[in-house]
Amino acid sequence: MSNITSQEIKQEFIKSKMGIVGITILLILVIISIITIISIPVETFQEWNNPGNWISNPKVAIPIWVNIFMIEKIPEHKIMENPNIEKISIDGINLTSHHFGLNFDYDDFPNDFIYEFSSEYSGSPLLQISVIRPDGIKLDLLTTSLPYSDGKTIHSERIFSTDNSIKKNLFLQSEKFEFIFERLSAENIVFSKTNTNEPLKGNYIFSIDMYGVNSKTEIHESKLIVGGKAFGIMGTDELRRDLAIGLLWGTPLALFIGLAVSIASVVSGLLYGVYAGYKGKKTDETMMRFNDVIYALPALPFLIILSVTISNSIFVMVGFLMIFGWVGIAKVARSMSLQIKTRGYVDAANMMGQKDSKIILKHIVPQLLPYAFASIAISVPAAITTEAGLSFLGLGDPSFPTWGQILHDANTFGAAARGMWWWIMPPGIMIAITGLAFVFIGNALDAIVNPKLKR
Amino acid sequence: MFGVLMITLLITIALVGSNMDTILKQGVVFQVRAEITENPAIAQSFSSVNEFEGFVQNQIDQRIQALGLDEPWYSPQRIGVTMYKIMLLDFGNATFLTSDEGSSDVKDILFEKLPRTVLLFTTATIIISSIGIFLGAFSSSKVGSTIDRVTSSFAIISSSFPVWWIGMLMIFLFAFTWQIFPARATPDIPSSDPAYLLSLLYHMALPLITIVMIGFGSWAYLVRNFMVGIMQEDFIMAKKTIGIKEKKIIYTHALKNAAPPIVTILALSLSGSLGGAIITEAVFDWPGMGRLYFEAITVMDLPVIIGATYLLTVFFLISIFIADLLYGYFDPRVRTGQ
Repeated sequence: MSNITSQEIKQEFIKSKMGIVGITILLILVIISIITIISIPVETFQEWNNPGNWISNPKVAIPIWVNIFMIEKIPEHKIMENPNIEKISIDGINLTSHHFGLNFDYDDFPNDFIYEFSSEYSGSPLLQISVIRPDGIKLDLLTTSLPYSDGKTIHSERIFSTDNSIKKNLFLQSEKFEFIFERLSAENIVFSKTNTNEPLKGNYIFSIDMYGVNSKTEIHESKLIVGGKAFGIMGTDELRRDLAIGLLWGTPLALFIGLAVSIASVVSGLLYGVYAGYKGKKTDETMMRFNDVIYALPALPFLIILSVTISNSIFVMVGFLMIFGWVGIAKVARSMSLQIKTRGYVDAANMMGQKDSKIILKHIVPQLLPYAFASIAISVPAAITTEAGLSFLGLGDPSFPTWGQILHDANTFGAAARGMWWWIMPPGIMIAITGLAFVFIGNALDAIVNPKLKR
Repeated sequence: MFGVLMITLLITIALVGSNMDTILKQGVVFQVRAEITENPAIAQSFSSVNEFEGFVQNQIDQRIQALGLDEPWYSPQRIGVTMYKIMLLDFGNATFLTSDEGSSDVKDILFEKLPRTVLLFTTATIIISSIGIFLGAFSSSKVGSTIDRVTSSFAIISSSFPVWWIGMLMIFLFAFTWQIFPARATPDIPSSDPAYLLSLLYHMALPLITIVMIGFGSWAYLVRNFMVGIMQEDFIMAKKTIGIKEKKIIYTHALKNAAPPIVTILALSLSGSLGGAIITEAVFDWPGMGRLYFEAITVMDLPVIIGATYLLTVFFLISIFIADLLYGYFDPRVRTGQ
């Protein structure tokens, strides 16, 4: 125990490189969390486990930035929502056409293409999808009529590239190509060179024409998805979820779990230990025996039992983690308070008739504060990794996507076996970085509080 | 100490007991219904539906009473019986899980899994601690040198990585990208085969490397910190001035003085290694205690949970006891009495 003022600690801390690095990382993480909370709507994160929300994303797509390092470019996933709209009306026939321009510059075929729309019409309009390729060939993909309706109706549909009529239409135009179509999927034909079955680079224009007779037809939501194998900054997982969103939302959650658990357990352990040490005799004895009992409980098995039997809500989990967190700090705090209480000023305060609670809070606890701060910082990583571990076992709160849960999903879908490094690496690195920030801060503080280690 | 053990068990029973009862009761109901559907003659012998339902209910009640499930799990009688049985090391039969040979006796299951966990984690702990002690003592003699800095920063960095995540990475790298080690840690040949032991060791390599890699840094750091404290003591200074070689001072005099806390931590981590590896075992699919524990909790197999908790707590308490004795041996100041 040494008497250092908070001023001195601040000065020493600024000098320590480690502390500065830790604080910097922590600040970056805090900024990330604030940005996440503000910019990403809470709904996306509540819909994390709802597959319907992620339907327009590709399955297990690699992050986009990988293309920078690749010689053979992987097709990016493209969601095109703003077509060029043309409207022509001749002799009572209304033609609405939407054109999507696509610059295809990759060395592999896309996974699929999907046209998603919702239209308002009456009667039975004709829908025609065609594509003009970079070499000038125009391929008709689909000609179909929408379901008949007497009055005005709204019709929504998704047209997939696996549609049988698209295949048939392409087969009819097979004389434009020099290879055999058998067993080739639609996207492998549309995006192929004419002489060999290799991707053709250049600008493609997809046109969607809707002909309505004597009636107004309108396409409201028009979306063309060209399914690629690369998507977003962090890629997607098996359930088509955008991993970037999961990782970003994990940051505030991890910070919350870590800080809540460590602050609560350090504060309660400190008060418990100081009280036991200050009171001494029987009280001390019983309180320390209780401490021993908690200390002897196997922590992780009990955490698992608790989360299975009682609740796996994230807030309850914080409480459980706290139960096992305060024990060590209570022991140290007790021995420290045993030393402090023999000092003259505590005796003096006692003789002046001050209340016990006042002596503890005003004269003993402030002496332990530097130590308390160091232990808060040091115990944060443990809390985060334990929570991540529980989530990894599948015992986490399913309504909050933590990093541990992303790793749990990665493990259940065999990400390691399938070489999906972008699903395994980032969550673990985030856990480690967060832990590292607190370890740095804690060690820097620890070196100041225990000058013996420095030398 | 015995009290601690009993309290631990009581808490376990209290936490799992009520769920377990519900599961068992449902099991009984299911069993009775199944028996009746298998034997249509019983159903035909009743004239009204009410009479039939009454008979079924009666059967269920009788069996529940026979199993002692009519009293709540917290009744002193049932807890007393359970506790008494545990003290005689009779854990009863597992409800769902079985050992590899098919025995459902909890004792068989536990003693089948325990050696495997000891093999993996105790080996790992011993390797970790010996590397750690040597490295820590070495870097404490050269505070501020490159080796010291590398050890310290490695310790700090490795301590913030979860072991199981490194495990996933290792599986990804060494089992799938470069196919050096098997991905699953369970050997695929029967245990009677003479090649079983070799295969087991081969399957053990990847988890062992992972655990050692993550563990030894923090050990070295811990030992270093103890040693740095001791190296500043007056008696070391005195020895230095007499002219005793630095190496001799570090490895005999200083290390002996740093021994008490090191031994305590070693004992605790040895016993902790028996149970604290639930997640690691799950990642590597190592068929030891940790995985057994996790499986038992997920299917709510009360006898196995109690047996495993009991065993872990016993080991933990014994190692605390041994650590205390050793502490007294290495540090005569803590000895009391005559």
